[in-house]
Amino acid sequence: MLSIKNLHANIEGKEILKGINFEVKPGEVHAIMGPNGSGKSTLASVLAGREIFEVTDGKVNYCEKDLLEMTPEERASEGIFLGFQYPIEIPGVSMVNFMKTAVNAQRTHKGLEPMSSSDFLKLMREKKELVELDAALASRSVNEGFSGGEKKRNEIFQMAMLEPKLSILDETDSGLDIDALRIVANGVNKLKTKDNATIVITHYQRLLDYIVPDFVHVLYNGKIIKSGGKELALELEEKGYDWLKKGADK
Amino acid sequence: MSLETTKIEAKQKFIDLYQENLSLIKNDYPEFINEIREKAIKQFGVLGIPNKKDENYKYTDISSAFDNGYKMYLSPKNIKFEVNDIFKCDVPNLNTRVILLLNGWYYDRKNQLETLPDGVIIGSMKKAIEQYPDLVKKHYGQYASLEKDGLVALNTAFAEDGVFIYVPKNVVVEKPIQIINILMDDEEGLTQHRNLFVLEENSHASVVVCDHTLSITNFTTNSVSEFYVGQNAQLYFSKMQNEHNGSKQVSHLYFHQERDSSVNADTVSLHGGLIRNNVNVLLNGEGCENNTYGLYLTDKGQHIDNYVHMDHAYPNCTSNQLFKGVLDDFATGAFSGKVLVRKDAQKTQAYQANNNILLTDDVDINTKPQLEIYADDVKCSHGATVGQLDEDALFYMRSRGIKKKEAKLLLMYAFAHDVLKNIQVPALQERVQDLVAKRLRGELSRCNSCQMHCC
Repeated sequence: MLSIKNLHANIEGKEILKGINFEVKPGEVHAIMGPNGSGKSTLASVLAGREIFEVTDGKVNYCEKDLLEMTPEERASEGIFLGFQYPIEIPGVSMVNFMKTAVNAQRTHKGLEPMSSSDFLKLMREKKELVELDAALASRSVNEGFSGGEKKRNEIFQMAMLEPKLSILDETDSGLDIDALRIVANGVNKLKTKDNATIVITHYQRLLDYIVPDFVHVLYNGKIIKSGGKELALELEEKGYDWLKKGADK
Repeated sequence: MSLETTKIEAKQKFIDLYQENLSLIKNDYPEFINEIREKAIKQFGVLGIPNKKDENYKYTDISSAFDNGYKMYLSPKNIKFEVNDIFKCDVPNLNTRVILLLNGWYYDRKNQLETLPDGVIIGSMKKAIEQYPDLVKKHYGQYASLEKDGLVALNTAFAEDGVFIYVPKNVVVEKPIQIINILMDDEEGLTQHRNLFVLEENSHASVVVCDHTLSITNFTTNSVSEFYVGQNAQLYFSKMQNEHNGSKQVSHLYFHQERDSSVNADTVSLHGGLIRNNVNVLLNGEGCENNTYGLYLTDKGQHIDNYVHMDHAYPNCTSNQLFKGVLDDFATGAFSGKVLVRKDAQKTQAYQANNNILLTDDVDINTKPQLEIYADDVKCSHGATVGQLDEDALFYMRSRGIKKKEAKLLLMYAFAHDVLKNIQVPALQERVQDLVAKRLRGELSRCNSCQMHCC
């Protein structure tokens, strides 16, 4: 589904991604771990199409299309979803209006009719259950006044509404307590199918107890320095990143 | 020819015009009105037409609007139009009582003044002066000062007609009154209508004013409206400016509030070549509340200037000024919001904000918040922001599949919503929200020969 070859990207002249090679097939869950500043969020943003990052080299193939040629909204309509590490507040734009516009924009892209208001509200009610999102929150402005946990659950709610093919969850667990973590992980797991895939970016092994990965990759200094199965996450939990860093720095 | 002489020329032209048409202007009016006229023309001689050297008109070249030989409507012109054609509306009717002004004159020549069963009087200013001189005399010219702005003096000298609304003590006027100001002619014209609204103790009323141009000709309007809001009375006033870009408009609103009264005033400026809105509020008793809001959406070469002067003369009053604007293409704007808190006006709460979104590098806005505070136990704030649309929010929306253009519109609409949510007539609020959405998309055309869009 996703094939990244030698991806280089920089921001304001500083190179962050220094040659990423990475493949994701349908039905897979990949975890990307690594110390702060290694480029995890940058990778997520570049895949989503954030224009402040400049791609200087490499190719990204998504479902046999050139991802780097697509605008952020095209990528979203083709099934890519980014769960933000710091979800943005948009005062004055209601959750309902926001989601309805997004859902219908994606439907239009696929050549489908926009959803009727009643069908849409029904869909919202249904998907809210998945992350136990309060009815009141849905009628407020996007993320305005939401707690950290509510914002993260809201990301998963949006994921449920948009049914993406490839979800990239950027530190979805940061700032969450155990209960919120369980709700978020539960939501992600319920949305898993054999046709979609998830990239989970995280610092801590804890999330991976709930969202069990098929593959774990360590990103350090803009490159993937080690890949393995889910046991790699446990090894990192025990030993930290130093043993890998030493190898990479040589 | 120097700018000085041109300026004097225009001023003198008006003074000469006044003298030449003295009988036409003064005819039909009682002594007290004509005395006020004389005082006004003298003051106009002293103050003249404001120019950019005047502190209060620093950012707006208003003199060019008055120096172009436009004809003045010293008597009503007989222009017939099918009222029904005008009201072809694709949205359900606003349930209002409609009155029309055509080129500054009360349109319904047959029913110029109506007295309703509850004592409410609605109609032509001129007719009201004729039929209720004592009532008018109590308020006319009492609130619109001749000392500061030459244009107010000019209007007062030449004023002949406009709208008069009187609401007696304790009366609640349920249905909003909608005044439609139409400018229509083959020749370019200057209109100076004069309105007076009197709300006595404990009364309630809503007044909505829409300004429209129905011909492509250029017009200049210099209107003065005085509002007396009695003790414990409530007024909701909304003004929609939707004239074409060849028109120039100066509007002077004077609100005189007695104790415990409340006024909510909104101005939504959708179109118009040059607009200058002056709002002057005197809180003349304790416990008053005033919320003055404005939204301006500009593009191309429009220029909009909002001036607010809020005078806290007594303690325990609350005022709020919120003006928001979006500027596009090469439009320009200005905002000057002054709060004056007098020495004994303790426990005053006065808030003021002006927020602007600039969509291109060629737009320009000058914003000047001013607080002049002489009391020491007050809560006041002022602020102005000038910025662009939030890039993070735009990306967030695009990452969900929303196209860039649509995302921008959502953000601009959210920005405008802060002001729109204060519109107190629900049907009007919906209608204006719809118009604003259309305006932001560029779908609200100013097709000058066709129907009005808002009423």
